[in-house]
Amino acid sequence: MTKKKNRNQTSPGAKKSKWALVWIRFRKNKLAMVGLTVLVILLLAALLAPLYIDYSQATKQSIREAFEPPSSRHLFGTDQYGRDLFARIIYGGRISLFAGLVTMGIAFLCGITLGGSAGFFGGRTDTIIMRFCDVLMSVPGILLSMSIVAALGQGLIKMLIALSVSQIPRQARTARASVMTLRNQEFIEAARCCGTSNRRILFKHIIPNVLGPLIVGVMMGLGGTILQIASLGFLGIGIAPPTPEWGTIISENQNNLMYYPHLGIIPGVFIMIAVLSLNFVGDGLRDALDPKMKN
Amino acid sequence: MSEVLLETRNLKKYFPHKLGYVHAVDDVTLKINIGETLGVVGESGCGKSTLGRTILRLLEPTEGEVIYEGRNILPLKGKEFRKIQTGMQMVFQDPYSSLNPRMSVYDLIAEPLKVCKTVTGKEAMAKKVQETMELCGLSERHNNVYPHEMDGGRRQRVGLARALVLDPKFVVCDEPVSALDVSIQAQILNLLMDMQESRNLAYMFITHDLCVVRHISSNIMVMYMGQVVEYATKDEIFAHHVHPYTKALMSAIPTADLSRRNRERHVLKGEVSNPINPAPGCRFTPRCPYAGKKCQEPQPLTQIAPDHFVACHECVSFSS
Amino acid sequence: MEKLLEINNLNVVYYTDESVVHALNDFSLEVMKGETLGLVGETGAGKTTMALSTLRLLPEQVGKITGGTICYRGMDILNAGKKQLRDLRGAEISMIFQDPMTSLNPVMTVGDQIKEVLDLHFPDMQPREKNQKVDDILKLVGIAPERKDQFPHQFSGGMKQRVVIAMALIAEPKLLLADEPTTALDVTIQAQILALMKELKEKFDSAMVLITHDLGIVAEFCDRIAVIYAGTVIESGTVEQVFSQTKNHPYTAGLFRCIPDLTTTAKRLTPIPGYMADPSNLPEGCKFAERCKNCQERCRKEEPPMNEAEPGHFIKCFMPEKGGMTNE
Repeated sequence: MTKKKNRNQTSPGAKKSKWALVWIRFRKNKLAMVGLTVLVILLLAALLAPLYIDYSQATKQSIREAFEPPSSRHLFGTDQYGRDLFARIIYGGRISLFAGLVTMGIAFLCGITLGGSAGFFGGRTDTIIMRFCDVLMSVPGILLSMSIVAALGQGLIKMLIALSVSQIPRQARTARASVMTLRNQEFIEAARCCGTSNRRILFKHIIPNVLGPLIVGVMMGLGGTILQIASLGFLGIGIAPPTPEWGTIISENQNNLMYYPHLGIIPGVFIMIAVLSLNFVGDGLRDALDPKMKN
Repeated sequence: MSEVLLETRNLKKYFPHKLGYVHAVDDVTLKINIGETLGVVGESGCGKSTLGRTILRLLEPTEGEVIYEGRNILPLKGKEFRKIQTGMQMVFQDPYSSLNPRMSVYDLIAEPLKVCKTVTGKEAMAKKVQETMELCGLSERHNNVYPHEMDGGRRQRVGLARALVLDPKFVVCDEPVSALDVSIQAQILNLLMDMQESRNLAYMFITHDLCVVRHISSNIMVMYMGQVVEYATKDEIFAHHVHPYTKALMSAIPTADLSRRNRERHVLKGEVSNPINPAPGCRFTPRCPYAGKKCQEPQPLTQIAPDHFVACHECVSFSS
Repeated sequence: MEKLLEINNLNVVYYTDESVVHALNDFSLEVMKGETLGLVGETGAGKTTMALSTLRLLPEQVGKITGGTICYRGMDILNAGKKQLRDLRGAEISMIFQDPMTSLNPVMTVGDQIKEVLDLHFPDMQPREKNQKVDDILKLVGIAPERKDQFPHQFSGGMKQRVVIAMALIAEPKLLLADEPTTALDVTIQAQILALMKELKEKFDSAMVLITHDLGIVAEFCDRIAVIYAGTVIESGTVEQVFSQTKNHPYTAGLFRCIPDLTTTAKRLTPIPGYMADPSNLPEGCKFAERCKNCQERCRKEEPPMNEAEPGHFIKCFMPEKGGMTNE
């Protein structure tokens, strides 16, 4: 993220940029670095997919080649329609990872704004926002996404909206709780004392302090969202086939798992690796954002 | 003699409570001159911190006036108030929670300047921050240090630097030394007094520690459950305190003086309760050893000597 | 007089992620039967560590006793078994913590919490007798026995500390370790609680170690005083000997000079320069040398011994007679 900045760590008296310090602390965490590396590889592999594998491989059916075991021609073998599993997973990753990131991005921004203002202003604002979140939370996430998809219709963007909405209340809740514990700290009062505006207090004093726990929440949520996209795909209301997506790939192959387990295991492993690395990165980021961790 | 910098007139702050109103600050009238210190003493919950915050309008008063440099600041809004606000700053009790943990020392001290824009330009700001840090006994190498890396004494120096960087005339010190060790406490007290001398600052020094208040104040105000019970110059109050509560406070302080060991102690019974919808009479009555019928009536602050006021009918009739 | 507790050359370290903190260094202390000993020191001097070590309650994994002995009435505490330790805690030695707000269980009635101590140490006692004892002790600490079915949040700070004291005293321990018992309380309440503790201590004939940072409290309530700095006792003696300020360790003398009191007229206090030695990186020689006005070559190299300045008055300084005379 700010790799270029860590070059200029010269004299100890010089003021290092905040993000450079964050990066230095982040690098100390081995697990987080492994997670980040894996994640970058996954993302690059997905983004650069057209350079080394053709999209048609992922969708072209050729029954003659069905259920081929992994080989040099088909790295992960083929599925029941003879589509190359490797291509499907790589192109599926584009959608799963992209959808996950966008969903959590939206949920994070909405959550921190809603929860942040609820916690900060309190009173009626708090009541209205939080009761709204309670209502959303009382519906199971997957059911909520399903009903939104059902209402809006299938499609990538609609699915993203559905998933974000089901994530917002949880993000808002964490944001609100963290903001509320901070709101009564003396340093907020100290900021008020020299005439700091509410906006500056919120963005300069409160949000930087709640970012750590929130980012962990987001990363956990990101893992969850990828799983949820997979679930929606598995239920057949996510991405419309034949577009590949990790969950859809597993659901398509569920009937053949008995005899060709790799068709389920390989995409499953990809989901697992992505979720795990996201969680590691999340934990690492939380610690790195906290100046109390040593440099 | 000297000029009045800040005054409050019948200042009141009530907090809503499910059983009515908590009279946290009730009818407080005080005066602070330029370059002087008013010590506000009382136990927790007596409203002393609320009083300080109400004067600075960190809490909006329920009623009354706060007059700063001859002008009632309560009706002022927005920019106009901000301009005055820079002249009135605060040093907080807890050097651990009063500094934003995510900001370095330099950022912490520069922050008020950025907000109030009293100094513009990056270099001028850096110069001002460095000057203030030096005054408060911090050196340039603390610039990139975060609050958690410092001990209580140094943190409190940062807190003080934050207040002084705006060149205020009036500083509310809310128990600035009670969280510190004695040897560090002395350093900070001396620093506060040096600052006062060199910049002619006026302090409102809020504390529960009578020894500290005696050391730093010119006038002393004793509060009990939101009300002023005794108000006098320092020497007067230590020589001739009359209110039973002040007496109890004075005798309760343990001192490192063996000759005081066998003094007569007025150990008070009971504890401070909450001033929720209090009766009009003296609020100290339930704990007062001399309580009588007349104590149920309101006890106005009455002058009993030059610069000595007390809110107790017994004490007034006794001294006249 | 009978020695109740004897600590000899105790060393305690805390292991943290990046450093080893030497909390107690060759710490020695004696507590006599029935006396009140004031243990004075600043934050991080090792006061609480001493109390926790005595009860073997140091946080596991983190805190470790690396040397020395603790002897309670002839029993070697450092080599005691689990059962022995359990019998010791609460019944023989009990502790009062600083914060009454957090040392009570919020979901248990006050009466049950006090009774629990009896359940642990007197399993054979009849329930009726237990209830009677709880009522008695509540009365003693100034709480109406009817309030025993209430929960901690229904009590004020001072009242909670009374409950804590009741819990500490119900098994009639011989030694009471009170760790800043009144720091969280207001002065008038502090006066009440200290008076109560003194009265009860005499009633039960227990000894008390009063850990505090307030020299005033020691002057008023203790018989003997031990001053600790950077994990070592640097001065000990009777309250009269130490507070007469004729002979003192330079640190103690410095403390006296920097507390404002009700009689001095000096315009400025004389603070002790500098800051407390970093316990993870202690200097060689005298730990106070860095801040000491009388510091000499020798102080930085070797550690001064405990010198007996007058009978019963020990000062850990090469120039014990000079320490008190630096009051210029």
